[in-house]
Amino acid sequence: MSSIIEVQGVSKSYGGVVANHEVSLTVKSGTITGLIGPNGSGKTTLFNSIVGYHPIDAGSIQFEGQEISKFPVQKIARLGMLRTFQQTRIYGAMNGVENMLISLPHRKMSIWDALKRNTREDYERADHLLEFVGLYEKRLLKSGDLSFGQQKLLEFAMALMNEPTCLLLDEPTAGINPTLINGLIERLKRANTEFGITLFIIEHNMRVIMNMAESIYCLAHGEMLAHGTPDEIQNDQNVIDAYLGAH
Amino acid sequence: MTMARNKTMLYTVILAFTFIAPFAFPAYGTQLATLWLMIIVALTWDMTGGQMGYNSLGNIFFYGTGMYVAALISIGQVYDIGDYTNAAGGGIYEFTDAQYFGGLFLGVIGAGIFCSITAVIIGFLTFGLRGPYFAIGTLGVAIAAGELVSNWEWVGGGQGIALPVYPGDLDIGKIFFYFLFATVGVSVFVFVKWLYSTRFGAAINAIRDDEEKADAMGIHTLRYKLITWAMAAFFVGMAGGISAFQLIHFEPLESAYQTINLGIFMVVCVLLGGKGTLWGPVIGAILFHLFKEVTWNYFLGWQWVALGALIVVTVVYFQDGVMGWLMHKRPEWFGIRVEDKAAAEAKVEGRA
Repeated sequence: MSSIIEVQGVSKSYGGVVANHEVSLTVKSGTITGLIGPNGSGKTTLFNSIVGYHPIDAGSIQFEGQEISKFPVQKIARLGMLRTFQQTRIYGAMNGVENMLISLPHRKMSIWDALKRNTREDYERADHLLEFVGLYEKRLLKSGDLSFGQQKLLEFAMALMNEPTCLLLDEPTAGINPTLINGLIERLKRANTEFGITLFIIEHNMRVIMNMAESIYCLAHGEMLAHGTPDEIQNDQNVIDAYLGAH
Repeated sequence: MTMARNKTMLYTVILAFTFIAPFAFPAYGTQLATLWLMIIVALTWDMTGGQMGYNSLGNIFFYGTGMYVAALISIGQVYDIGDYTNAAGGGIYEFTDAQYFGGLFLGVIGAGIFCSITAVIIGFLTFGLRGPYFAIGTLGVAIAAGELVSNWEWVGGGQGIALPVYPGDLDIGKIFFYFLFATVGVSVFVFVKWLYSTRFGAAINAIRDDEEKADAMGIHTLRYKLITWAMAAFFVGMAGGISAFQLIHFEPLESAYQTINLGIFMVVCVLLGGKGTLWGPVIGAILFHLFKEVTWNYFLGWQWVALGALIVVTVVYFQDGVMGWLMHKRPEWFGIRVEDKAAAEAKVEGRA
Protein backbone atom coordinates (compact mmCIF):
# COMPACT_ATOMS: atom_id res chain seq x y z
CA MET A 1 0.00 0.00 0.00
CA SER A 2 1.44 3.38 -0.98
CA SER A 3 1.49 6.32 1.38
CA ILE A 4 -0.69 9.35 0.66
CA ILE A 5 0.65 11.69 3.36
CA GLU A 6 4.31 11.55 4.28
CA VAL A 7 5.39 13.84 7.12
CA GLN A 8 9.13 13.96 7.83
CA GLY A 9 10.75 15.74 10.77
CA VAL A 10 8.23 18.59 10.91
CA SER A 11 8.83 21.23 13.57
CA LYS A 12 6.66 24.20 14.36
CA SER A 13 6.89 26.64 17.22
CA TYR A 14 4.86 29.68 18.17
CA GLY A 15 7.28 32.16 19.65
CA GLY A 16 9.03 30.14 22.32
CA VAL A 17 6.42 27.40 22.52
CA VAL A 18 7.39 24.30 20.58
CA ALA A 19 4.11 22.85 19.31
CA ASN A 20 5.62 20.15 17.09
CA HIS A 21 9.18 18.86 17.33
CA GLU A 22 10.52 16.69 14.52
CA VAL A 23 7.28 14.85 13.98
CA SER A 24 7.22 12.14 11.34
CA LEU A 25 4.31 9.99 10.27
CA THR A 26 2.85 8.19 7.29
CA VAL A 27 -0.77 7.85 6.25
CA LYS A 28 -1.29 4.94 3.91
CA SER A 29 -3.58 5.39 0.98
CA GLY A 30 -7.10 4.07 1.49
CA THR A 31 -6.79 3.52 5.23
CA ILE A 32 -8.16 5.13 8.36
CA THR A 33 -5.36 6.52 10.49
CA GLY A 34 -5.81 8.01 13.93
CA LEU A 35 -3.95 10.78 15.74
CA ILE A 36 -4.38 10.94 19.50
CA GLY A 37 -2.69 12.72 22.35
CA PRO A 38 -3.51 14.74 25.46
CA ASN A 39 -4.77 18.32 25.16
CA GLY A 40 -2.09 20.67 23.93
CA SER A 41 0.07 17.90 22.52
CA GLY A 42 0.18 19.54 19.07
CA LYS A 43 -2.39 17.52 17.11
CA THR A 44 -4.24 20.43 15.59
CA THR A 45 -0.97 22.26 14.92
CA LEU A 46 0.17 19.24 12.92
CA PHE A 47 -3.12 19.23 10.98
CA ASN A 48 -2.73 22.93 10.25
CA SER A 49 0.82 22.35 9.05
CA ILE A 50 -0.28 19.56 6.72
CA VAL A 51 -3.10 21.54 5.09
CA GLY A 52 -0.98 24.67 4.76
CA TYR A 53 -2.48 26.98 7.38
CA HIS A 54 0.90 28.15 8.49
CA PRO A 55 4.47 27.74 7.28
CA ILE A 56 6.45 25.04 9.05
CA ASP A 57 9.86 25.74 10.60
CA ALA A 58 11.55 22.58 9.41
CA GLY A 59 10.86 19.25 7.77
CA SER A 60 8.95 18.08 4.75
CA ILE A 61 5.32 17.22 4.02
CA GLN A 62 4.40 15.24 0.94
CA PHE A 63 0.96 14.53 -0.49
CA GLU A 64 0.84 11.80 -3.12
CA GLY A 65 4.59 12.17 -3.54
CA GLN A 66 4.45 15.95 -4.07
CA GLU A 67 6.11 18.36 -1.64
CA ILE A 68 3.30 20.60 -0.32
CA SER A 69 4.84 22.28 2.72
CA LYS A 70 5.09 25.62 0.89
CA PHE A 71 1.63 25.53 -0.71
CA PRO A 72 -1.25 27.76 0.47
CA VAL A 73 -4.45 26.26 1.88
CA GLN A 74 -6.54 26.59 -1.28
CA LYS A 75 -3.96 24.92 -3.46
CA ILE A 76 -3.67 21.95 -1.13
CA ALA A 77 -7.46 21.71 -0.95
CA ARG A 78 -7.55 21.65 -4.74
CA LEU A 79 -5.09 18.76 -4.78
CA GLY A 80 -7.81 16.78 -3.04
CA MET A 81 -6.85 17.00 0.62
CA LEU A 82 -9.50 18.62 2.79
CA ARG A 83 -9.88 19.21 6.49
CA THR A 84 -12.82 19.78 8.80
CA PHE A 85 -12.56 22.04 11.81
CA GLN A 86 -12.65 21.33 15.52
CA GLN A 87 -14.99 24.32 15.88
CA THR A 88 -17.35 23.31 13.10
CA ARG A 89 -17.39 25.70 10.18
CA ILE A 90 -20.35 25.83 7.86
CA TYR A 91 -22.00 28.74 6.03
CA GLY A 92 -24.56 29.60 8.68
CA ALA A 93 -26.77 31.95 6.67
CA MET A 94 -27.43 29.39 3.97
CA ASN A 95 -29.52 26.25 4.03
CA GLY A 96 -28.13 22.73 3.87
CA VAL A 97 -28.52 22.29 0.14
CA GLU A 98 -26.74 25.57 -0.58
CA ASN A 99 -23.94 24.57 1.76
CA MET A 100 -23.57 21.36 -0.18
CA LEU A 101 -23.63 22.99 -3.60
CA ILE A 102 -20.95 25.49 -2.61
CA SER A 103 -18.77 22.54 -1.69
CA LEU A 104 -18.64 21.22 -5.23
CA PRO A 105 -14.99 20.62 -6.07
CA HIS A 106 -13.60 23.87 -7.48
CA ARG A 107 -10.42 22.11 -8.55
CA LYS A 108 -12.38 20.65 -11.43
CA MET A 109 -14.08 23.93 -12.24
CA SER A 110 -12.91 26.55 -14.73
CA ILE A 111 -14.26 30.07 -14.49
CA TRP A 112 -16.71 29.21 -17.29
CA ASP A 113 -18.00 26.22 -15.36
CA ALA A 114 -18.42 28.52 -12.38
CA LEU A 115 -20.67 30.78 -14.43
CA LYS A 116 -23.11 27.94 -15.00
CA ARG A 117 -25.94 26.94 -12.75
CA ASN A 118 -25.76 23.79 -10.73
CA THR A 119 -26.95 20.79 -12.68
CA ARG A 120 -29.64 18.31 -11.71
CA GLU A 121 -26.84 15.83 -10.94
CA ASP A 122 -25.31 18.33 -8.50
CA TYR A 123 -28.64 18.66 -6.68
CA GLU A 124 -29.13 14.91 -6.62
CA ARG A 125 -25.66 14.36 -5.25
CA ALA A 126 -26.27 17.01 -2.58
CA ASP A 127 -29.57 15.38 -1.60
CA HIS A 128 -28.00 11.95 -1.61
CA LEU A 129 -25.18 12.97 0.70
CA LEU A 130 -27.54 14.87 3.00
CA GLU A 131 -29.58 11.69 3.18
CA PHE A 132 -26.34 9.81 3.87
CA VAL A 133 -25.65 11.89 6.99
CA GLY A 134 -29.33 11.97 7.97
CA LEU A 135 -30.06 15.64 7.37
CA TYR A 136 -32.35 15.36 4.38
CA GLU A 137 -35.49 16.60 6.15
CA LYS A 138 -33.66 19.62 7.50
CA ARG A 139 -31.92 20.53 4.29
CA LEU A 140 -34.00 23.67 3.68
CA LEU A 141 -33.40 25.16 7.12
CA LYS A 142 -30.86 27.87 7.75
CA SER A 143 -27.89 25.74 8.70
CA GLY A 144 -26.84 28.18 11.41
CA ASP A 145 -30.01 27.13 13.25
CA LEU A 146 -29.07 23.43 13.26
CA SER A 147 -27.71 21.89 16.45
CA PHE A 148 -23.95 21.63 16.87
CA GLY A 149 -24.00 17.91 16.15
CA GLN A 150 -26.06 18.40 13.01
CA GLN A 151 -23.69 21.11 11.86
CA LYS A 152 -20.83 18.64 12.28
CA LEU A 153 -22.68 16.12 10.15
CA LEU A 154 -23.33 18.80 7.57
CA GLU A 155 -19.67 19.75 7.52
CA PHE A 156 -18.80 16.11 6.97
CA ALA A 157 -21.31 15.86 4.11
CA MET A 158 -19.84 19.04 2.58
CA ALA A 159 -16.39 17.51 2.70
CA LEU A 160 -17.68 14.43 0.90
CA MET A 161 -19.34 16.64 -1.72
CA ASN A 162 -15.90 18.00 -2.53
CA GLU A 163 -14.78 14.51 -3.60
CA PRO A 164 -11.49 14.57 -1.72
CA THR A 165 -8.97 11.77 -1.95
CA CYS A 166 -7.92 12.41 1.62
CA LEU A 167 -9.91 13.90 4.47
CA LEU A 168 -8.46 15.22 7.73
CA LEU A 169 -11.07 15.27 10.48
CA ASP A 170 -10.43 17.27 13.63
CA GLU A 171 -12.45 15.61 16.42
CA PRO A 172 -15.45 14.54 14.35
CA THR A 173 -17.40 13.22 17.34
CA ALA A 174 -16.79 16.05 19.83
CA GLY A 175 -20.10 17.54 20.88
CA ILE A 176 -22.20 14.88 19.21
CA ASN A 177 -24.58 13.00 21.47
CA PRO A 178 -23.56 9.40 22.22
CA THR A 179 -26.39 7.75 20.30
CA LEU A 180 -25.48 9.68 17.15
CA ILE A 181 -21.81 8.73 17.51
CA ASN A 182 -22.38 5.12 16.46
CA GLY A 183 -24.13 6.32 13.33
CA LEU A 184 -21.25 8.66 12.61
CA ILE A 185 -18.63 5.93 13.06
CA GLU A 186 -20.53 3.78 10.61
CA ARG A 187 -20.74 6.66 8.10
CA LEU A 188 -17.06 7.46 8.42
CA LYS A 189 -16.24 3.83 7.75
CA ARG A 190 -18.55 3.80 4.76
CA ALA A 191 -16.95 6.99 3.41
CA ASN A 192 -13.68 5.10 3.60
CA THR A 193 -14.85 1.85 2.04
CA GLU A 194 -17.55 3.02 -0.40
CA PHE A 195 -16.05 6.32 -1.57
CA GLY A 196 -12.46 5.20 -1.10
CA ILE A 197 -11.48 8.30 0.88
CA THR A 198 -8.38 8.06 3.04
CA LEU A 199 -9.22 9.34 6.52
CA PHE A 200 -6.81 10.89 8.99
CA ILE A 201 -8.63 11.57 12.25
CA ILE A 202 -7.85 13.46 15.44
CA GLU A 203 -10.02 11.99 18.15
CA HIS A 204 -10.30 12.16 21.92
CA ASN A 205 -12.94 9.50 22.18
CA MET A 206 -10.84 6.31 22.56
CA ARG A 207 -13.75 3.99 21.90
CA VAL A 208 -14.34 5.69 18.56
CA ILE A 209 -10.77 5.78 17.33
CA MET A 210 -9.89 2.26 18.52
CA ASN A 211 -12.94 1.04 16.61
CA MET A 212 -12.10 2.70 13.35
CA ALA A 213 -8.41 3.18 12.82
CA GLU A 214 -6.03 0.57 11.54
CA SER A 215 -3.02 2.56 12.58
CA ILE A 216 -2.72 5.13 15.36
CA TYR A 217 -0.14 7.79 16.17
CA CYS A 218 0.11 9.31 19.62
CA LEU A 219 1.58 12.77 20.20
CA ALA A 220 2.66 14.14 23.57
CA HIS A 221 4.34 17.47 24.25
CA GLY A 222 4.70 18.02 20.52
CA GLU A 223 6.71 14.84 19.93
CA MET A 224 5.70 11.53 18.45
CA LEU A 225 5.33 9.20 21.40
CA ALA A 226 4.08 5.99 19.90
CA HIS A 227 2.77 4.41 16.74
CA GLY A 228 1.01 1.11 16.24
CA THR A 229 -2.21 -0.79 15.88
CA PRO A 230 -5.04 0.04 18.31
CA ASP A 231 -4.04 -2.93 20.46
CA GLU A 232 -0.42 -1.90 20.66
CA ILE A 233 -1.35 1.69 21.51
CA GLN A 234 -3.80 0.65 24.22
CA ASN A 235 -1.12 -1.40 25.92
CA ASP A 236 1.76 1.04 25.47
CA GLN A 237 2.99 2.18 28.85
CA ASN A 238 4.23 5.54 27.46
CA VAL A 239 0.76 6.33 26.07
CA ILE A 240 -0.94 5.41 29.33
CA ASP A 241 1.51 7.57 31.26
CA ALA A 242 1.01 10.52 28.91
CA TYR A 243 -2.74 10.38 29.40
CA LEU A 244 -2.56 9.90 33.14
CA GLY A 245 0.03 12.64 33.54
CA ALA A 246 3.08 10.60 34.63
CA HIS A 247 6.45 11.87 33.40
CA MET B 1 -46.79 27.49 -12.25
CA THR B 2 -48.88 30.47 -11.16
CA MET B 3 -45.82 31.66 -9.22
CA ALA B 4 -43.81 31.79 -12.44
CA ARG B 5 -46.66 33.54 -14.23
CA ASN B 6 -46.96 36.09 -11.44
CA LYS B 7 -43.25 36.81 -11.71
CA THR B 8 -43.44 37.28 -15.45
CA MET B 9 -46.38 39.62 -14.93
CA LEU B 10 -44.47 41.60 -12.32
CA TYR B 11 -41.42 42.02 -14.54
CA THR B 12 -43.60 43.01 -17.50
CA VAL B 13 -45.39 45.67 -15.46
CA ILE B 14 -42.11 47.07 -14.15
CA LEU B 15 -40.56 47.13 -17.60
CA ALA B 16 -43.64 48.81 -19.05
CA PHE B 17 -43.56 51.41 -16.28
CA THR B 18 -39.88 52.01 -17.01
CA PHE B 19 -40.76 52.85 -20.60
CA ILE B 20 -43.78 55.00 -19.83
CA ALA B 21 -42.50 56.88 -16.75
CA PRO B 22 -40.53 59.71 -18.43
CA PHE B 23 -43.45 60.45 -20.77
CA ALA B 24 -46.10 60.17 -18.07
CA PHE B 25 -44.17 62.39 -15.64
CA PRO B 26 -42.19 64.74 -17.92
CA ALA B 27 -41.55 67.17 -15.06
CA TYR B 28 -39.67 64.48 -13.15
CA GLY B 29 -37.40 63.31 -15.99
CA THR B 30 -34.15 64.16 -14.22
CA GLN B 31 -35.33 62.76 -10.86
CA LEU B 32 -36.31 59.50 -12.51
CA ALA B 33 -32.93 59.31 -14.23
CA THR B 34 -31.26 59.89 -10.84
CA LEU B 35 -33.43 57.12 -9.38
CA TRP B 36 -31.98 54.73 -11.95
CA LEU B 37 -28.50 55.93 -11.04
CA MET B 38 -29.25 55.14 -7.38
CA ILE B 39 -30.50 51.69 -8.35
CA ILE B 40 -27.32 51.04 -10.36
CA VAL B 41 -24.94 52.08 -7.59
CA ALA B 42 -26.98 50.26 -4.93
CA LEU B 43 -27.17 46.99 -6.89
CA THR B 44 -23.47 47.09 -7.71
CA TRP B 45 -22.52 48.02 -4.14
CA ASP B 46 -24.47 45.00 -2.96
CA MET B 47 -22.45 42.71 -5.24
CA THR B 48 -19.44 43.12 -2.94
CA GLY B 49 -21.08 44.53 0.20
CA GLY B 50 -24.12 42.30 0.49
CA GLN B 51 -23.27 39.19 -1.48
CA MET B 52 -19.52 38.93 -0.85
CA GLY B 53 -19.20 40.58 2.57
CA TYR B 54 -16.73 43.27 1.50
CA ASN B 55 -18.19 46.62 2.51
CA SER B 56 -16.53 49.06 0.18
CA LEU B 57 -16.84 52.76 0.91
CA GLY B 58 -14.79 53.44 -2.19
CA ASN B 59 -17.19 52.45 -4.99
CA ILE B 60 -17.66 56.17 -5.60
CA PHE B 61 -14.11 56.05 -6.92
CA PHE B 62 -15.41 54.19 -9.98
CA TYR B 63 -18.21 56.70 -10.41
CA GLY B 64 -15.81 59.64 -10.40
CA THR B 65 -13.21 57.88 -12.49
CA GLY B 66 -15.93 56.88 -14.95
CA MET B 67 -16.89 60.53 -15.33
CA TYR B 68 -13.36 61.60 -16.07
CA VAL B 69 -12.54 58.73 -18.39
CA ALA B 70 -15.73 59.21 -20.41
CA ALA B 71 -15.16 62.96 -20.64
CA LEU B 72 -11.51 62.63 -21.62
CA ILE B 73 -12.20 59.98 -24.25
CA SER B 74 -14.96 62.02 -25.88
CA ILE B 75 -12.95 65.28 -25.83
CA GLY B 76 -9.73 63.58 -26.82
CA GLN B 77 -11.36 62.29 -29.99
CA VAL B 78 -11.78 65.82 -31.27
CA TYR B 79 -9.50 68.26 -29.45
CA ASP B 80 -6.28 68.37 -27.47
CA ILE B 81 -7.34 67.76 -23.87
CA GLY B 82 -4.83 70.20 -22.36
CA ASP B 83 -6.02 73.06 -24.60
CA TYR B 84 -9.64 72.21 -23.97
CA THR B 85 -9.41 72.19 -20.18
CA ASN B 86 -7.12 75.25 -20.20
CA ALA B 87 -9.72 77.36 -21.95
CA ALA B 88 -11.90 77.38 -18.81
CA GLY B 89 -14.91 78.33 -20.85
CA GLY B 90 -13.05 81.00 -22.82
CA GLY B 91 -12.51 79.09 -26.05
CA ILE B 92 -15.22 77.89 -28.35
CA TYR B 93 -15.19 74.17 -28.89
CA GLU B 94 -17.85 72.82 -31.19
CA PHE B 95 -18.92 69.18 -31.36
CA THR B 96 -20.91 67.82 -34.26
CA ASP B 97 -23.77 65.42 -33.49
CA ALA B 98 -21.64 62.49 -34.64
CA GLN B 99 -18.76 63.62 -32.42
CA TYR B 100 -21.09 64.09 -29.46
CA PHE B 101 -22.88 60.75 -29.67
CA GLY B 102 -19.80 58.86 -30.82
CA GLY B 103 -17.79 60.34 -27.97
CA LEU B 104 -20.54 59.58 -25.48
CA PHE B 105 -20.82 55.97 -26.61
CA LEU B 106 -17.08 55.29 -26.67
CA GLY B 107 -16.56 57.30 -23.49
CA VAL B 108 -19.16 55.39 -21.49
CA ILE B 109 -17.95 51.98 -22.66
CA GLY B 110 -14.32 53.03 -22.14
CA ALA B 111 -15.17 54.27 -18.63
CA GLY B 112 -16.62 50.87 -17.78
CA ILE B 113 -13.59 48.99 -19.06
CA PHE B 114 -11.10 51.35 -17.43
CA CYS B 115 -12.86 51.10 -14.06
CA SER B 116 -12.88 47.29 -14.28
CA ILE B 117 -9.12 47.30 -14.73
CA THR B 118 -8.57 49.72 -11.85
CA ALA B 119 -10.84 47.56 -9.66
CA VAL B 120 -8.58 44.58 -10.27
CA ILE B 121 -5.49 46.62 -9.38
CA ILE B 122 -7.01 48.26 -6.28
CA GLY B 123 -8.59 44.95 -5.30
CA PHE B 124 -5.24 43.23 -5.50
CA LEU B 125 -3.90 45.74 -2.98
CA THR B 126 -6.93 46.00 -0.68
CA PHE B 127 -8.58 42.56 -0.63
CA GLY B 128 -6.13 41.45 2.03
CA LEU B 129 -8.03 43.79 4.36
CA ARG B 130 -11.16 42.58 6.14
CA GLY B 131 -14.25 44.19 7.62
CA PRO B 132 -13.87 47.83 8.67
CA TYR B 133 -10.27 47.94 7.43
CA PHE B 134 -11.41 47.22 3.90
CA ALA B 135 -14.11 49.91 4.20
CA ILE B 136 -11.62 52.53 5.40
CA GLY B 137 -8.96 51.43 2.91
CA THR B 138 -11.29 51.82 -0.05
CA LEU B 139 -12.65 55.11 1.30
CA GLY B 140 -9.05 56.31 1.41
CA VAL B 141 -8.61 55.40 -2.25
CA ALA B 142 -11.68 57.45 -3.23
CA ILE B 143 -10.66 60.49 -1.16
CA ALA B 144 -7.08 60.37 -2.41
CA ALA B 145 -8.27 60.10 -6.00
CA GLY B 146 -10.48 63.17 -5.60
CA GLU B 147 -7.60 65.20 -4.16
CA LEU B 148 -5.15 64.03 -6.81
CA VAL B 149 -7.50 64.82 -9.67
CA SER B 150 -8.35 68.26 -8.29
CA ASN B 151 -4.64 69.10 -8.42
CA TRP B 152 -4.13 67.76 -11.92
CA GLU B 153 -4.40 70.73 -14.25
CA TRP B 154 -4.40 68.68 -17.45
CA VAL B 155 -7.85 67.32 -16.54
CA GLY B 156 -9.12 70.68 -15.38
CA GLY B 157 -7.93 70.62 -11.76
CA GLY B 158 -10.39 71.87 -9.18
CA GLN B 159 -12.47 73.51 -11.93
CA GLY B 160 -13.46 70.18 -13.36
CA ILE B 161 -14.53 69.69 -16.95
CA ALA B 162 -17.36 71.20 -18.96
CA LEU B 163 -18.74 68.91 -21.64
CA PRO B 164 -20.81 69.92 -24.65
CA VAL B 165 -24.55 70.29 -24.12
CA TYR B 166 -26.93 67.70 -25.57
CA PRO B 167 -27.41 68.67 -29.23
CA GLY B 168 -31.09 69.17 -29.83
CA ASP B 169 -34.16 69.71 -27.73
CA LEU B 170 -33.21 69.67 -24.05
CA ASP B 171 -36.46 68.00 -22.97
CA ILE B 172 -35.67 65.15 -25.32
CA GLY B 173 -32.16 65.23 -23.90
CA LYS B 174 -33.60 64.52 -20.44
CA ILE B 175 -35.50 61.53 -21.78
CA PHE B 176 -32.37 60.41 -23.63
CA PHE B 177 -30.34 60.35 -20.41
CA TYR B 178 -33.20 58.70 -18.56
CA PHE B 179 -33.13 55.83 -21.04
CA LEU B 180 -29.35 55.57 -20.90
CA PHE B 181 -29.49 55.12 -17.12
CA ALA B 182 -32.51 52.83 -17.38
CA THR B 183 -30.73 50.62 -19.93
CA VAL B 184 -27.70 50.24 -17.69
CA GLY B 185 -29.97 49.76 -14.64
CA VAL B 186 -32.05 47.01 -16.25
CA SER B 187 -28.84 45.39 -17.53
CA VAL B 188 -27.32 45.40 -14.03
CA PHE B 189 -30.46 43.85 -12.58
CA VAL B 190 -30.68 41.11 -15.20
CA PHE B 191 -26.95 40.51 -14.89
CA VAL B 192 -26.87 40.13 -11.11
CA LYS B 193 -30.07 38.08 -11.11
CA TRP B 194 -28.30 35.64 -13.41
CA LEU B 195 -24.96 35.84 -11.60
CA TYR B 196 -26.47 35.04 -8.20
CA SER B 197 -28.08 31.93 -9.64
CA THR B 198 -24.74 30.49 -10.77
CA ARG B 199 -22.01 28.64 -8.89
CA PHE B 200 -20.06 31.89 -9.04
CA GLY B 201 -22.79 33.55 -6.97
CA ALA B 202 -22.66 30.72 -4.45
CA ALA B 203 -18.89 31.06 -4.21
CA ILE B 204 -19.01 34.77 -3.36
CA ASN B 205 -21.70 34.02 -0.76
CA ALA B 206 -19.32 31.46 0.71
CA ILE B 207 -16.62 34.14 0.91
CA ARG B 208 -19.06 36.39 2.76
CA ASP B 209 -20.12 33.74 5.26
CA ASP B 210 -16.71 32.26 6.06
CA GLU B 211 -13.78 33.10 3.85
CA GLU B 212 -11.38 30.82 5.72
CA LYS B 213 -13.74 27.90 5.21
CA ALA B 214 -14.04 28.81 1.53
CA ASP B 215 -10.23 28.73 1.29
CA ALA B 216 -10.17 25.38 3.03
CA MET B 217 -12.67 24.00 0.52
CA GLY B 218 -10.40 25.03 -2.34
CA ILE B 219 -12.41 27.97 -3.70
CA HIS B 220 -10.27 30.50 -5.65
CA THR B 221 -11.26 33.27 -3.26
CA LEU B 222 -9.04 36.09 -4.53
CA ARG B 223 -9.97 35.39 -8.15
CA TYR B 224 -13.70 35.57 -7.36
CA LYS B 225 -13.29 38.73 -5.31
CA LEU B 226 -11.39 40.52 -8.07
CA ILE B 227 -13.82 39.47 -10.80
CA THR B 228 -16.85 40.49 -8.73
CA TRP B 229 -15.48 43.93 -7.97
CA ALA B 230 -14.38 44.40 -11.57
CA MET B 231 -17.91 43.62 -12.75
CA ALA B 232 -19.41 46.05 -10.24
CA ALA B 233 -16.86 48.70 -11.27
CA PHE B 234 -17.75 48.22 -14.93
CA PHE B 235 -21.36 49.26 -14.34
CA VAL B 236 -20.53 52.05 -11.88
CA GLY B 237 -17.96 53.42 -14.32
CA MET B 238 -20.54 53.47 -17.11
CA ALA B 239 -23.05 55.19 -14.82
CA GLY B 240 -20.39 57.79 -13.98
CA GLY B 241 -19.72 58.31 -17.67
CA ILE B 242 -23.41 58.92 -18.39
CA SER B 243 -23.63 61.29 -15.41
CA ALA B 244 -20.75 63.34 -16.79
CA PHE B 245 -22.71 64.05 -19.98
CA GLN B 246 -25.97 64.52 -18.13
CA LEU B 247 -24.50 67.05 -15.69
CA ILE B 248 -22.58 68.82 -18.53
CA HIS B 249 -20.19 70.34 -16.04
CA PHE B 250 -18.62 68.40 -13.18
CA GLU B 251 -15.79 69.03 -10.76
CA PRO B 252 -13.73 66.53 -8.76
CA LEU B 253 -14.75 66.80 -5.12
CA GLU B 254 -18.48 67.61 -5.09
CA SER B 255 -19.73 65.79 -8.16
CA ALA B 256 -17.17 63.19 -9.25
CA TYR B 257 -15.58 61.75 -6.10
CA GLN B 258 -18.52 62.74 -3.87
CA THR B 259 -17.68 60.39 -1.02
CA ILE B 260 -20.13 61.82 1.52
CA ASN B 261 -23.06 62.09 -0.86
CA LEU B 262 -23.54 59.33 -3.40
CA GLY B 263 -20.69 57.34 -1.86
CA ILE B 264 -22.68 56.96 1.37
CA PHE B 265 -26.15 57.05 -0.19
CA MET B 266 -25.49 53.82 -2.09
CA VAL B 267 -24.70 52.05 1.17
CA VAL B 268 -27.78 53.46 2.89
CA CYS B 269 -30.00 52.37 -0.03
CA VAL B 270 -28.76 48.81 0.32
CA LEU B 271 -29.13 48.74 4.12
CA LEU B 272 -32.62 50.23 3.87
CA GLY B 273 -33.78 47.71 1.28
CA GLY B 274 -31.96 44.65 2.59
CA LYS B 275 -28.36 43.63 2.16
CA GLY B 276 -27.51 40.53 0.18
CA THR B 277 -30.88 40.24 -1.56
CA LEU B 278 -31.75 40.78 -5.21
CA TRP B 279 -34.63 43.22 -4.68
CA GLY B 280 -33.35 44.90 -1.52
CA PRO B 281 -31.06 47.42 -3.24
CA VAL B 282 -33.80 48.31 -5.75
CA ILE B 283 -36.46 48.82 -3.06
CA GLY B 284 -33.97 50.68 -0.89
CA ALA B 285 -32.96 52.99 -3.73
CA ILE B 286 -36.60 53.83 -4.47
CA LEU B 287 -37.45 54.50 -0.81
CA PHE B 288 -34.29 56.48 -0.23
CA HIS B 289 -34.73 58.57 -3.35
CA LEU B 290 -38.36 59.32 -2.49
CA PHE B 291 -37.39 60.29 1.04
CA LYS B 292 -34.59 62.48 -0.23
CA GLU B 293 -36.71 64.27 -2.83
CA VAL B 294 -39.57 64.84 -0.38
CA THR B 295 -37.34 66.26 2.35
CA TRP B 296 -35.40 68.39 -0.13
CA ASN B 297 -38.69 69.88 -1.38
CA TYR B 298 -40.73 70.24 1.78
CA PHE B 299 -38.25 70.46 4.63
CA LEU B 300 -35.61 72.59 3.03
CA GLY B 301 -33.06 73.62 5.63
CA TRP B 302 -33.73 70.43 7.59
CA GLN B 303 -33.10 68.01 4.74
CA TRP B 304 -29.64 66.93 5.93
CA VAL B 305 -30.91 66.46 9.47
CA ALA B 306 -33.75 64.28 8.19
CA LEU B 307 -31.33 62.30 6.05
CA GLY B 308 -28.96 61.83 8.96
CA ALA B 309 -31.87 60.66 11.12
CA LEU B 310 -32.87 58.15 8.42
CA ILE B 311 -29.33 56.79 8.29
CA VAL B 312 -29.10 56.48 12.07
CA VAL B 313 -32.50 54.77 12.35
CA THR B 314 -31.67 52.37 9.50
CA VAL B 315 -28.26 51.44 10.85
CA VAL B 316 -29.33 51.11 14.48
CA TYR B 317 -32.86 49.68 14.31
CA PHE B 318 -33.41 48.36 10.80
CA GLN B 319 -30.15 46.74 9.75
CA ASP B 320 -31.73 43.88 7.81
CA GLY B 321 -33.77 46.29 5.74
CA VAL B 322 -37.15 45.73 4.14
CA MET B 323 -36.26 42.36 2.63
CA GLY B 324 -34.57 41.14 5.82
CA TRP B 325 -37.62 42.12 7.83
CA LEU B 326 -39.90 40.28 5.40
CA MET B 327 -37.65 37.22 5.51
CA HIS B 328 -37.91 37.25 9.28
CA LYS B 329 -41.69 37.73 9.32
CA ARG B 330 -42.54 35.39 6.45
CA PRO B 331 -39.75 32.80 6.17
CA GLU B 332 -41.98 30.44 4.16
CA TRP B 333 -42.10 33.02 1.32
CA PHE B 334 -38.39 32.44 0.93
CA GLY B 335 -38.57 28.63 1.11
CA ILE B 336 -37.20 28.31 4.66
CA ARG B 337 -39.04 25.30 6.12
CA VAL B 338 -38.73 21.80 7.50
CA GLU B 339 -39.89 19.38 4.88
CA ASP B 340 -42.55 16.96 5.98
CA LYS B 341 -40.76 13.68 6.70
CA ALA B 342 -43.20 11.48 4.80
CA ALA B 343 -43.06 13.74 1.75
CA ALA B 344 -39.29 13.86 1.93
CA GLU B 345 -39.01 10.08 2.04
CA ALA B 346 -41.47 9.66 -0.81
CA LYS B 347 -39.33 12.01 -2.86
CA VAL B 348 -36.15 10.06 -2.13
CA GLU B 349 -37.78 6.75 -2.93
CA GLY B 350 -39.30 8.13 -6.10
CA ARG B 351 -35.85 9.16 -7.22
CA ALA B 352 -34.24 5.85 -6.30
